This record gives sequence, structure tokens and C-alpha cells, in this order.
Amino acid sequence: MGSANEYNRRDIFKRAAGIAVLAAAGSPLLAACAAGAGGSDNKGTKSSGYNLTDAKNPFGVDARAGLEVFIFDGGYGSDYAKAFEAVYAKSYPDAKINHQADKDVTGKLQPRFNAGSPPDVIDDSGNKQIKLDVLVDSNQLTDLQPLLDAPYLDDPTRKVRDVLMPGTLDSGTVKGKVYNLSYVYTVFGLWYSGKLFREHGWTAPKTWADFIALGSRIKAAGIAPLAHQGKYPYYINVAMLDMIAKQGGPELMKRIDNLDPTAWDDPAVKTAMDAFYQVVDQDFLLPGTNGMTHTESQTAWNQYKAAFIPCGSWLENEQLASTPADFEMTFMPMPSLPGDRMPFEAIRAGAGEPFIVPRQGRNVAGGLEFLRMMLTKEASGKFAQTANSLTCLKDGVGPEVKLKPGTQSTVVALKAAGANTFNYQYPNTASKFDEDLQNASGELMAKRIGPDEWIKRAKESAAKNKSA
Amino acid sequence: MRHGKYPFIVGFLFLPMVLYAGLVLWPYLQTFGYSLTDWSGQSQQMDFVGLDNYGKLFHDGVFLGALGHNVLLLTVLPVATIVIALFFAFMLNVGGRGGTGGVQGVRGSAFYKVVFFFPQVLSIAILAVLWQAVYRTDAAGLANGVLIKLGLADAQHPVAWLSDPDLVLWCILGVLVWSGVGFYLVLFSAAMQSIPRDIYEAALLDGAGRGQTFFRITLPLLWETVQTAWVYLAIVAMDAFALVASMTPGRAYGGGPDHHSELMSTYLMRNFLAFGEAGYACAMGVVIFFFTLILSVVSLRVTRRERIEY
Repeated sequence: MGSANEYNRRDIFKRAAGIAVLAAAGSPLLAACAAGAGGSDNKGTKSSGYNLTDAKNPFGVDARAGLEVFIFDGGYGSDYAKAFEAVYAKSYPDAKINHQADKDVTGKLQPRFNAGSPPDVIDDSGNKQIKLDVLVDSNQLTDLQPLLDAPYLDDPTRKVRDVLMPGTLDSGTVKGKVYNLSYVYTVFGLWYSGKLFREHGWTAPKTWADFIALGSRIKAAGIAPLAHQGKYPYYINVAMLDMIAKQGGPELMKRIDNLDPTAWDDPAVKTAMDAFYQVVDQDFLLPGTNGMTHTESQTAWNQYKAAFIPCGSWLENEQLASTPADFEMTFMPMPSLPGDRMPFEAIRAGAGEPFIVPRQGRNVAGGLEFLRMMLTKEASGKFAQTANSLTCLKDGVGPEVKLKPGTQSTVVALKAAGANTFNYQYPNTASKFDEDLQNASGELMAKRIGPDEWIKRAKESAAKNKSA
Repeated sequence: MRHGKYPFIVGFLFLPMVLYAGLVLWPYLQTFGYSLTDWSGQSQQMDFVGLDNYGKLFHDGVFLGALGHNVLLLTVLPVATIVIALFFAFMLNVGGRGGTGGVQGVRGSAFYKVVFFFPQVLSIAILAVLWQAVYRTDAAGLANGVLIKLGLADAQHPVAWLSDPDLVLWCILGVLVWSGVGFYLVLFSAAMQSIPRDIYEAALLDGAGRGQTFFRITLPLLWETVQTAWVYLAIVAMDAFALVASMTPGRAYGGGPDHHSELMSTYLMRNFLAFGEAGYACAMGVVIFFFTLILSVVSLRVTRRERIEY
């Protein structure tokens, strides 16, 4: 059964049929059908065109070539990208820049990848992200090696790879090569209102025992101790897995990332999950939070109906409109358990918001150059200001940039954490396992299953997806 | 006039046939082809894997569960919608107490017709937003708010509606029936109005009550229309994709909590777009295709009856 060859031959028939239909019906719509005439040749610039010693134009950008930028229009909006495009236009005033922003990345771009004409730069993020492992397997992405070895724009004596936050390249790596620039540096943990806590005389707990004790006091004050974005168990799942990470240490995390089923037999998992389950068992949850969207639950939290909520550092920007001016949004790491292998200050932090340069784009060099321009102090500062989040550029926010309280508290937490940051890789490398885990977490929060059943499900899914 | 007849017909049919072949038949054929491959959906590279995808499909618990949910919708949705729509249509057209001896609907029937038809005008997106506000899981939700005020639900533990594995499908079903009844009411009304009045008058003279009139006269004479409605509703039940995808919890395309509202179509989309298993998704598409085909043949056979001329 010859495979690839047969399909190439089929391709020819498809194209012939497509052309015939087009000619007959004259309908341009047809070109958009699933199996459009997908070209497999590389239309972009070949890597031989790079001159990485040239600080001005290392990738050989054609000054007149247009640039198409596609931004996921999510928590960070897309205004920041317009600022970047202005920077690009400064260097290449003749380039026609096409800016697009949408929530549905897959819906908009899958047909274009199949047709071999994707945009030049894509912020491939959000709920409808095209999975990076899938794109890499399909040989659709440009290897970012040249970008990493190119001179850093603000200081041409250094290379781009030397000015990135730790962990940026890890999240950019798929199957051993760096294919995406994860631009936004995100920290994950619990958030609370500084004002609410001051008024009630509460202090942010450092240990889980204190957290539970404080929870009872919060509950007595008529406020729900914990809200979560229950319609999307992703968020609470992060909190659970962070407790497991702190208890079990990096060794266990690696085994979880590798889908090793025995990782779930580790006593650290049971300790962390039993401890976590107390919030469910003691009824600490905001009524109805298990079915709420992120907007509903985060807004309820902004209205002081709940004390804590788990989230990443995009929270402040996402909630700008509904946060009271004196709310004092504050970040804190997940509280620690006795016997933790990481200190309290350790936080899940990592580069997210993957920017990719498709291999079949029309202006691959322009795409790489766009990413290089994003990694300047000017662009990074603009991002911090318009999107209220940090970037993966080391010391990317100068003192002249005024941050909002939530973002400022993440800067403090990152400093306190120092080298103690951690991040899981499985959400990028094992989508199905991730989904199973999230479903189990949803069931746990609704008290339909307990910690033991949760662990059993995680183990089963790891075993199943390992073999698949 | 016979001269030039065929070129004339061919001229008219050519464009529609080309469009049909290009936009319907060809994609179907492609789906069959892709279902035999491990296509990721993101490029034109793929390998032929024979019937592996189909083998996998029939051991996939989530898919079989989704099939079950589709069957449930398929049995309950048409029955519920048709019964309710028939009842309302009958009451609006012939159910009134004929004071002057004539056959008429209940008072204000013109007004009710507009009210019942109204949901049909709303797009799916608006339906989803509207009903999400109804099904909100805290006291701010319409349903929970009312239940809590009446003391039927606990404010600390409100009903979870779409996040409750036992309720979620029924909640979706409720929305589908609510939005569908109006259309079938109007459809049945139109059909009822074409039934000659004298038949009803004769029945009245013979002393038939509402129930007898309905079962002996209206229903048999409406059978054609009911059959049409059945086929339409079966199609809606096989789909129901947009509502489930936009209202229920789940990472992409809903289906939650924990696959309890999963449909074949939502599972297909997740595999196609989110998991990069387009070949596997195409196999599901083929299963859905045959399922629908068998269903329409069966339903047309079973509901076939002799046509009554009047």
C-alpha cells in the first residue's frame, strides 16, 4: 500500500478537478475547500539567505515585501501588536502591513495552512489554538534557530538567546527544536484583594494549614473563601498541579510531563490532592462557581463575593473594566504543605503566548525580523503598558514604565522566587491527557469524585496517552 | 417546441449540478478518503492506515457515549416537539368552544401564534446567550433565582444546570424544544386550515368532543405534515452542535461536564481541530453520514401512509 505517493497523485487529481470546477462555476469560494490546492514547496526565503553577523538586517528582509500579522485577540487584546507593527514600519516604511486579530485561530488559519498560504507571524494562542505539536509534525513552522543566534537589537554584541527569561526556550521547544517564541511571561497562583484583606485584618497565608484556617474565618465573615472558573476546569487544575509540583519536586513533574503512569502512585500526589480536597470538603467554594465562566467568576471575585481565585497574570488586564479602582489586586504563590520539596516562594512561571513564523509564509524573513523587534526594551515596555503583563525579555520593563498593582505584585513575587520557578510541559505536548485531567478536576470540584478517583483517572489517562 | 428542449434543460441544470458535485459530493468523497488516513488536518502529509480509524472508533468510550446522546435526542426531541406543537396548533385553530356553532380556536389565538413563533426568529447565538443567563449557576441566574426565592433550591448549593452531568442534556433539549415548537405550530396550523371545515362541522353534529375530533380527524389528515416535521426534527437532533458547543462546559466545543453532553459532532470537531486527528474525525463523519442516511430511509418508510385527497 503505497501511501505518500498515492496521495500526491490524488493531489494532482484534486487540483485538476478543482480547476475544472473553478473554471466552470467561476466561484472563488471553492478554493477554500478543505483540501485546497496545498502547495508543499517552500515559498519563503531559504535559510541560506541569512547573514547573522549583520545586526541591521540579519535575515535579509525585502524592504518592500508585505507582512501579515495574525494576533489571538484574547486577554491581552491586540493593541500591543499595533505598537509593534509601528516599530516594524519605522524600519521598513514601504512594507504593507496587514494586521488581523481574532479569537478563533484554528477556524481562521487551518484552511490557510492547508492551502499553503499562512500569515507571516501568528500569535497562536487561546482556546482555539492550533496545537504546536500538530503544526511541527506537519512541517509547517520555521525553525527559530537563526532568530536566537541573531544580534540583539538593543545591544548587537549580545545574541537574542542570551536576553531571554529562563524557561522561554523550554516552552518554545517542540520535539527538540525551538519553533515558537513564547513572548508573554506569565506567573500562576492565587489572587486576592489587598483592600478586602486589610479591612478584615486577614493576612495572606503561607502554609496550606493557614489557608484552611483563614478560609473558615473568611466563610464566617459571609464571604466565600474560593472562587474558580468552573466552566473551564483548566484554572483550578493549575492550582492542583502546582501543589503536586511543590510537594513532589521537579523530578515528579518530569515524570508527569513524560506521561509516566507510575508518577501518580507517588505519595506526594496523594498528600497534595488530599490536602487540596479540603476546599471542596469544607464547602469553601463560591455558590455556583463550578458552572461559571471565567468572566462570571472573576467578576464575582471583583465584587468581593469570594476572597481567592486561581489565575495566571493576565487576570489584571482581563478584568480591567470590572475591577474597582481601590481593589489592590495582589498575587500570591500556592501555599505550602509540610514536607514540600520547593519553598513557599516557588511559583509556576513560564513564557506563554506562542508566536510562530509559518514555513510557507510569503515573508519568512520579515516574520523573523518582527519577532526580533518584539524583543527590544521599547517593544517590551509597550507591551507591559498596553497589556499589563511581563514579557520574556530579561529586565524587559524599565523603571519608566508604570505598572498596575497586580502586575507589580507579580514582579515582586518573581524576584522572591528567584530560581524557584517551575512549569509543566504536558499541556503543550499531550492535549488529550490535559483534557482528561481537566475533566477529572471538574468532577472533583463538584464533589462527584474524591482525590483517590481523581488520581486513578489521571493514571489511566497517562497510560492510555503514553501508548497512543 | 420539442426542438431545443434538451439544451434548454441542460443549460438550467448544469450550474446547480456542478455546484452540487463540487460543494457536496466531492467533499463527501474526500471525507471517505481521509477517513482511511492518519491526516493531522494541518498539512497535506498523511499515510494510509486502512480501516484502523474505524476499529478505534468502536472502542472509544467517549464516541459511543456521544452516539448514545444523539440517539436520546433523536427519540425525545421529535416526540416532544411534535406533541407540544400539535396540541397548541389544535387549540389555536379548532380547540375553541364554538359558542356560535362555528369551528374556531381559543380566544387570542392570533396573538399566541406570534408569541410562540418568536423564538424561531432568534439566531442560535442569541439563544445560547439567553439561555446561559437562565441556566446561570448562581442566584443571579433566572432559573436558580426563582427556585431559590421559592425555597426549592439552596442558595449555598444552587442547581448546576449545564454543569450537572444528569441535567445537561435535558437542559439542551429544553432549549431545542422551546425554540422549535413555534415553527412546527405554524406549520401544523397551516396544514389544519387546509382541512375542510365541513368535516369538523359534521363531527360536531355527530357529538364528537375535542379529543375525538383531534384523534379521528385532525391527526390522520395531518399525517403528511407530521412526517415532514419528523424528518426535519431528526436532522436538528442529529445536529444540535451549535448549542452544545456554545453552552456546555469543555475545553473546545463543549460536551462537558466530563463528556456528559458530548455529541458525535462536537467530538468530531475536537478531534479535527484541537487534537490534530483529522483522519479519525473523518471516520466519525462517515459514521454520522451512514447513521443519518439509514435514519432518513427508515423514518420515511415507517411513516409512509396513503395520501388522502380532499
